[in-house]
Amino acid sequence: MGAIAKIILQRLGLGLLTLLIVSIVIFTAVNMLPGDFAQLILGQGATPEAIASIREDLGLDRSPIVRYFEWLGGAVRGDLGSSFAQANFASFAGADTGSGLSSVAGQIAPRFANTMFLAGVTACIAVPLAVGLGILAALYRNSIFDRIANIFTLSSISSPEFFLAYILILFLAVLNPILPSLSNIYDGMAFSERLEKTLLPALTLTLVVTAHMMRMTRAAIINLLASPYIEMARLKGLSPMRVIVKHALPNALAPIINVIALNLAFLVTGVVVVEVVFVYPGIGQLFVDSVKIRDIPVVQACCLIFAAVYILLNLTADILSIISNPRLRHPK
Amino acid sequence: MSQISRRGLLKTGVAAGVLAATGMPLRAQGTRGGNLRLGLAGANTSDSWDGRTHSDSFMIMMAHGCVFDCLTEVGADGQLKGELAESWEASADAKTWTFKLRTGVTFHNGKPFGADDVIASLNMHTAEGAKSAAKPIVSSITEMTKVSDSEITFVLAAGNADFPFLLSDYHILMYPDGQIEEAIANGIGTGMYKVESFDPGVRATVSRVDSHYKDGTAGWFDSIEVVAINDSSARMNALMTGQVDAVNRVDFKTEPLMRANPNVNIFEVTGNQHFTFPMLTNLSPYDNLKVRQALKFAVNRQEMVDKVLLGHGAVANDHPIGPANQYYAADIEQNSYDPDRAKALLAEAGMDGLNIDLSASDAAFPGAVDAAQLYQASAKSAGINLNVVQEPADGYWSNVWLKKPWCACYWSGRATEDWMFSTAYESGVPWNDTAWENARFQELLISARAELDSDKRRDQYTEMQMLMSSEGGTVVPMYANYVDAHSTKLTNSGTIGNTFQMDNSRFMERWWFS
Repeated sequence: MGAIAKIILQRLGLGLLTLLIVSIVIFTAVNMLPGDFAQLILGQGATPEAIASIREDLGLDRSPIVRYFEWLGGAVRGDLGSSFAQANFASFAGADTGSGLSSVAGQIAPRFANTMFLAGVTACIAVPLAVGLGILAALYRNSIFDRIANIFTLSSISSPEFFLAYILILFLAVLNPILPSLSNIYDGMAFSERLEKTLLPALTLTLVVTAHMMRMTRAAIINLLASPYIEMARLKGLSPMRVIVKHALPNALAPIINVIALNLAFLVTGVVVVEVVFVYPGIGQLFVDSVKIRDIPVVQACCLIFAAVYILLNLTADILSIISNPRLRHPK
Repeated sequence: MSQISRRGLLKTGVAAGVLAATGMPLRAQGTRGGNLRLGLAGANTSDSWDGRTHSDSFMIMMAHGCVFDCLTEVGADGQLKGELAESWEASADAKTWTFKLRTGVTFHNGKPFGADDVIASLNMHTAEGAKSAAKPIVSSITEMTKVSDSEITFVLAAGNADFPFLLSDYHILMYPDGQIEEAIANGIGTGMYKVESFDPGVRATVSRVDSHYKDGTAGWFDSIEVVAINDSSARMNALMTGQVDAVNRVDFKTEPLMRANPNVNIFEVTGNQHFTFPMLTNLSPYDNLKVRQALKFAVNRQEMVDKVLLGHGAVANDHPIGPANQYYAADIEQNSYDPDRAKALLAEAGMDGLNIDLSASDAAFPGAVDAAQLYQASAKSAGINLNVVQEPADGYWSNVWLKKPWCACYWSGRATEDWMFSTAYESGVPWNDTAWENARFQELLISARAELDSDKRRDQYTEMQMLMSSEGGTVVPMYANYVDAHSTKLTNSGTIGNTFQMDNSRFMERWWFS
């Protein structure tokens, strides 16, 4: 197992480097956007004095390089800074409003928890569904069932998310009012109500991610079905289902796990559109709102979280595929 | 009711009390109860209970129409009435104003309201480093004197007959003296509803206070839940599927679908909100009056109302005073589309055609680029070659507006004529987006400001509107309606305010479940 520990450490090191590069790219990109926080928050009322005054309060008048390293220094110590949006620049002497929202971490934490909840609900539906469909499609490959499953999942992945969302809203909220189209969950909501409100966005995301995972499961299994050991299993007289689940699936796990991890990462980072359509108070909506007003500290933190999720999930996928494959587990 | 002029009531607000006592105006009585759910656009993660920063509809509605009170209030019928002020009186030169405050009012934390709170709340806007949009209003006060706990005297730098009106501005909220930071953090006002929870840019819930001085005239819901829905399709959906009871800013494109829904009512008012194309009159060719006039005749206003606003608006006449203003001059000559006249005017200016740029972006107003292109098409037959420059939406107000010689812009309008003119058309003010300098206009502006005689004021403001319409540097093609929608379960007194969206942004106080 020493080999695995080494790989993990290597990957984590590389991950940190990636995060650093991501932070530089994001910082540069946001700074290159026209308009800054002071201009956007003041809108039409942006007089030169007011802009200068806000910039001074927030330290935006200093050079971007100084600001970046200051931010980096804080981030290394675990301090993601304070959000421009809630710094409450108009208050007396910049006193903290005591709402806890002025720190980036305080603003992001509840939103991130909401997004994780949505991703969790989606994963609980999508992963078993996709793997199950994939196995069945491999079992009955080229049958009517296989074709229908393929056409259905492929057409849902080919449609833009907001379109899928509106279709679901039309059928499940407007024509047959079964589910609410508004997913305004909040703290202190009962779990069942929360689940009900989360269901439509979760179904939308399920439609988006299922095809990828299902097709990969199907392809990985079919790929193995031509192997001699599968033929042997068949010759022993095992049922096709048993051949696939017991013999083919364990060897097909590595690519499947990789695809599942990628899609789980998408569930956290790719939810922006779905959250906006369903008014779901997750990190995606916070991200959009923050980009709109150039709230750089929040944008930075969101991007770092997105990048970290990708890196960690990919790492997990690699480790799981190593564990699932004896040849990788015991390298010669 | 219409015989009683609003300004007549203005000088001595006591009369308003008399009217109320005699039972006029007759209003349908509301019924208490229920939990109102609103879906509102215009929410941001930067929202707070600091009235000085309010600029978008979510906080404007939450603060001055719900949790906080101002000194005065513009009623649904357009008349000014007392809110925390009971009555007011002006000296003959409109320079000294004495306000009597309501007694027995308490903040949500139990602190009694008095003159000290008024002084502290007004001083917030002029405090060092404060970036209040109401600063010009408050800095016109040179002296505030507390006569007693319930009486206060203001001395203004110059006479201003509109002063009580200006105090109804949604930025000028009343906070508890000595606890202002706490009040900003938690939303502690004197309004009919107290804050239960507030998540900026996401959601707010409030509940009715037990007793309030407006009992019996407003505040019918027991509790209110407001959800921030900035996405317009999501907002319309939420109302159509009955998950909220009312929404603001109805999307013009889906409005016919909503109208077809039997459970939804659309309410639409034409107020002062107007879209403009200001030109910098100190730059060539816009310094030439004939060129400005030619451009005023080269635009097809009705076409813009029909195609950009899809009919949800009205033709405007190149001045910023709208139907919700008291001295709106509806009967002055309307500038209309006349390409031949535009051509003749250019010829008089010694020009054979004209090549100009018009900068536009949808940041100026929704559909601004389309409007500019319509302008381009209609100006063509007047021999004007108008080139539409599409500007980026980001930074539009900093980089384009007030900088480019001719661009697109919007104004939400102001409750009073003087306020509007002195914001954007007075000589030398920072937002004078047409660099408009006109001696006669300036003279009228100053004299009308302190004029307490309503008839004289009307004449002066009419002349100013005519001046702007015929010579001014801005082309105002249209007024845009406020279009909102509510479920048929809700009802109101029958009068809907038109100075801002959602019944003057006081929907939460004025409506009830039928």
